[in-house]
Amino acid sequence: MLLPVYLGLLHRSEQSLAHSFRQVADGHAAEPDVLHLCRTLAGQCDAHAEALAPIIDRYGEQADDEPDRLHAVALGSVRSGPLGLLRDLQDLYLLASLVDITWTLVKQAGLGLRDEELLGIVADCDAETGVQLSWLRTRMKQAAPQALVVAS
Amino acid sequence: MPDRIADIWGQRTPFARDELWPVRRDQKLAEGLTDADVERWVQSACTLCSNGCACDIAVKDGRMVGVRGRAVDTVNHGRLGPKGLFGSWQGMQGADRLTRPLIRVGEELVETDWDTAMGRIVERSRQLLAEKGPLSHGFYTSGQLFLEEYYALAIIGKAGLGTPHMDGNTRLCTATAAAAMKESFGSDGQPGSYEDIDSCDAIVLYGHNMAETQTVLWMRVLDRLAGPDRPLVVCIDPRETEVARVADVHLPVRPGTNLALMNGLVRELLVHGWVDEDYLAAHTIGLEELRATVEQWTPEAVVRTCGVEADDVRRAAEIIGTSERVLSTVLQGFYQASQATASACQVNNLHLLRGMLGRPGCGVLQMNGQPTAQNARETGADGDLPGFRNWENPEHIAELAALWGVDVDRIPHWSPPTHAMQIFRYAEQGSIEFLWVSATNPAVSMPQAGRIRGILGRPELFLVVQDLYLTETALLADVVLPAAGWGEKQGAFTNVNRTVHLSDKAVEPPGEARSDLDIFLDYGRRMDFRRNDGTPLLDWAGPEDGFRAWQECTRGRLCDYTGLSYERLRGGSGIPWPCNDEHPDGTVRLYGDAVFPTALDRAETYGHDLLTGATVGATAYSAMRVDGRALLKPAPYAPPHEGPDAEYPLQYTTGRTVYQFHTRTRTGRARQLQAAAPSAWAEISRHDASLLGIAEGDLIRVSSRRGEIVVPARVGDIRPGTVFAPFHYGYWEQNRSGPGEHPTAANELTATEWDPVSKQPLFKVAAVRVEKVADGTGPAPAPTTAASRPATPGDVPPTVGGRDAEAREEATGEAPPRAGRPAEVS
Ligand code: SF4
Repeated sequence: MLLPVYLGLLHRSEQSLAHSFRQVADGHAAEPDVLHLCRTLAGQCDAHAEALAPIIDRYGEQADDEPDRLHAVALGSVRSGPLGLLRDLQDLYLLASLVDITWTLVKQAGLGLRDEELLGIVADCDAETGVQLSWLRTRMKQAAPQALVVAS
Repeated sequence: MPDRIADIWGQRTPFARDELWPVRRDQKLAEGLTDADVERWVQSACTLCSNGCACDIAVKDGRMVGVRGRAVDTVNHGRLGPKGLFGSWQGMQGADRLTRPLIRVGEELVETDWDTAMGRIVERSRQLLAEKGPLSHGFYTSGQLFLEEYYALAIIGKAGLGTPHMDGNTRLCTATAAAAMKESFGSDGQPGSYEDIDSCDAIVLYGHNMAETQTVLWMRVLDRLAGPDRPLVVCIDPRETEVARVADVHLPVRPGTNLALMNGLVRELLVHGWVDEDYLAAHTIGLEELRATVEQWTPEAVVRTCGVEADDVRRAAEIIGTSERVLSTVLQGFYQASQATASACQVNNLHLLRGMLGRPGCGVLQMNGQPTAQNARETGADGDLPGFRNWENPEHIAELAALWGVDVDRIPHWSPPTHAMQIFRYAEQGSIEFLWVSATNPAVSMPQAGRIRGILGRPELFLVVQDLYLTETALLADVVLPAAGWGEKQGAFTNVNRTVHLSDKAVEPPGEARSDLDIFLDYGRRMDFRRNDGTPLLDWAGPEDGFRAWQECTRGRLCDYTGLSYERLRGGSGIPWPCNDEHPDGTVRLYGDAVFPTALDRAETYGHDLLTGATVGATAYSAMRVDGRALLKPAPYAPPHEGPDAEYPLQYTTGRTVYQFHTRTRTGRARQLQAAAPSAWAEISRHDASLLGIAEGDLIRVSSRRGEIVVPARVGDIRPGTVFAPFHYGYWEQNRSGPGEHPTAANELTATEWDPVSKQPLFKVAAVRVEKVADGTGPAPAPTTAASRPATPGDVPPTVGGRDAEAREEATGEAPPRAGRPAEVS
């Protein structure tokens, strides 16, 4: 069974996302909503990673021996200025999307296994990931016109 | 005659449940004048708080010489509070009124004529439009203009220029009221009525120091409390306010933890089954998520987080859950604190759980702070679209485009209108280079005032300020425009329970001052904004044309004004909207039929996640099939981002005092009010004072990570660990835009942070430390008559007004007015 590969992928990408939210929070602290919400959302990602523990205990967690093409590395550094904010939020969006679809696929496995505990955890966590994506979209859509049309 | 500085609320006129509130006629005339000296009485309503007390302005020799309450009006039944009696007319008559436009020449502001001043504005505006487009322009308006003025501004910004960067200081005062009603009911629009005070069995005040913020509304409550079947009172406030003093249950909640308390109250109702199952099933969605969210908030959990007593939580919940008719009112203690929208929504949820809306005594009043805040929201001069339209609904945008005769794409609707804090951020970053501020004073009233002054003072920013006086903000402007104000111009406005009043022109404005409407129309003409058919975008000759245009904009919307007219608003009482063919005498309460404006084509918003502010969007909203039901929306509690720590061990909160309004632009120029609360102070508890070696009146320094104030200490009845400062005291008397040696503006200390949904700044959650600077020379200048009273009363002489503050007060026994009935005319 290769579910452990996906559990490992999910676990690592939630951790990367948590780390990246914190980086963006600190790097754009002059935008107070970004600062506070990214910290709150980082906390959610931590909790998601922890929530996986009982599942990983049961199925294990396995590194992927596929050669990575696009993978969930945390942001290396943050950019600055209005355009930099937009790009950093967009990076977060890509990472969060990866997390989101991974939850979806893990959920499919849970359905196949009829694993109620796993399905319960997916339901709670994936709903929060969905809100994270919505918030990122909302914030980027608000920032884009000013950053792309007027700011220099 | 009573001294209405010493006796804020005047004599009692007790009444029983379901009776009408008796009439009391209050009046103040200038020294030495009697009724016989008054040449004319001109109808208006007071604009010194959100209550909207109807009044007549006394005129003699072309000057305003006094004021009297209108007995026929359903809002105040003849009464006025101290600000109305003394501040409304005298506040317009300061010797330092602006009478000519000013323009900046180097460091100086010099007098000029209108042509030069407007020419300079238009030149800069055109240049920026050509170089950078409309997103270079921002407008920051008020909660104190008239609706015609806001609507003109909204059309100029949205259809003339096409900028989304428009907001008002309503963002600081009522944004959460609007946001909470939109999230719960689908649209802005006050469900309740002041008349619910007359019929309730319990009144719950959530962060609402009504005794000081709306004195006349509080008189109504006091008269019920003095009557035979006194309603129960629950007060949620960290200070020992007048409200707390009469309350049956006072919950002195730790600042920043309101949502935990609210989740606990909702949980108690669910656990005890104090809910209306049929109502919930038929008229709401979201019960299961609400239940899951509040589950952990047992009374004991609430105690740990909020620092209140478990028995008090239980007792408060029992009153809310079991009283036959409950009225709730909500204000800044909730709106300007952490998780504001989520906390205010929980108040709505309590009413939905009990099916208590739209019946006498069962109202929610999500209050406003300012007199015309409601209109800023309705007309879209703030971060909304006119007529409660939804920026995510293309049909709503098309309606506006048709009304204004412009292309849909001219109207910015690609994301929500930009909120004030973000407008200032864009100005800080330099992408907004033109900022027009009308009738508000951000240099003192916005959080982290030092930062705001830095932005306003940026040489790259072209700043236009339009006001009555040379405010702290005006001192930083490139162009200052002298505005005509209350009593000097005509217009309509709407108070917090939807009652529309007309304010007629009583006197000529001083010098060359012009109404805000004339100024906006002049800018529109000079910019040559046109409709698609080539005619001028704004062809109004005056305010009444504006009112008619506004009526068209509201046709069929919840805030329907089509049944009103200037003529109908004259002579009788103000009338609550919606007022149309179906409701010719207005509408006292909304949602008696439990049908909410949440249908996809009607909703003002498709909603937000209350924790993050993420938009739900049309697709997901449509899938929820809300269809006229209300939404029970919860959010998990999250602790405040800046709590007390070793370096800054105390919690800081700001607010009003009963005698002043805003940055004292008007009240500070009425001698009775100014004498009663002349200068800044900070309140600390007896406990903290003794720990820090501070005595009443000592000079103290209160500092936060952002700045400091140095003011006398009032040792008062405030929650230990909490420090309060009034936000009225800036620097205009010293002719400065910012502090000299002793900073006094409460916002030197507050943080730049806002609620994720309403975007209302957090004025009531910051960490500070306090130290003594010097011995006092006498007691602090804080009033002794309300929440700022000293902990040890004998130490401080009582606040009195003397002969100068005597006003007439007459309980006449005449028949009181009743809202929603054809008006008696007088
Ligand atoms: S309660 Fe408000 S509206 Fe009424 S008189 Fe006082 S300040 Fe004016």
